[in-house]
Amino acid sequence: MSSRRSRSRQQTGSSRNITDEQIADLVSKLQQLIPEIRNRPSDTQVSASKVLQETCNYIRSLHREVDDLSDRLSDLLATTDTDSAQAAIIRSLLSQ
Amino acid sequence: MTPKGVSLNPNSRKTKFARRFIFALSRMRNPIPVSSSIEEEVRTRSHKIKIAAYLSMARAVGSRRAWSRALLFKLRTRARRHNMIIRRRSFRLKKKRIIKNDPQGEPSQTKKLRQLVPGGKTMDMCSLLEETAHYMTCLATQVKVMQTIADHFAK
Repeated sequence: MSSRRSRSRQQTGSSRNITDEQIADLVSKLQQLIPEIRNRPSDTQVSASKVLQETCNYIRSLHREVDDLSDRLSDLLATTDTDSAQAAIIRSLLSQ
Repeated sequence: MTPKGVSLNPNSRKTKFARRFIFALSRMRNPIPVSSSIEEEVRTRSHKIKIAAYLSMARAVGSRRAWSRALLFKLRTRARRHNMIIRRRSFRLKKKRIIKNDPQGEPSQTKKLRQLVPGGKTMDMCSLLEETAHYMTCLATQVKVMQTIADHFAK
């Protein structure tokens, strides 16, 4: 097992120089997706670790929003029964 | 980003997700209440809604992405295990997976990211970043659609 790990380390060590650019490219792509960093007026380059940190925070906040929204939807479903008519309404709303 | 007022692509990920999710919601009508308090009912239904949301999004994406495949696999095995427990009432074997960080000079935040993105534990750095980007956009769509539905119901 340790031999496999050392072998993989050697492989990525040699190819790391080539993929460093790719990684920087992908990190900048991630940078554009995070609203916190995207809306910042300064166009200075953000460090990769900051981008990763903000990515983690953003994904966590999205997970939390999903939890809150499903709580909300559960409450709402209790009061209003969904029938197919409402489903059709919603579908038309979203397809506008 | 399509501006408001322009009709969206009917085959877009967003529409596919919305259709599946609304269908799942409509199936969640109140059955005969089990002998549990109302709060518990709301909580279990909220959990079901959350699972349905992730499932609908993963299905809308399909098996083209590693994260959707991993998520579908996780939800299916969890559902299977859940059904077995309900039927047999056997004890659950929880296997705690120890994530060994390969000391290859990866930034420390990579470990956290791997835990957040489904399937991220076994990806190399490039795939992890790609999958993260795609996962983030899909999550944002999911949140937006759920918000729209909740606002519509609240009226």
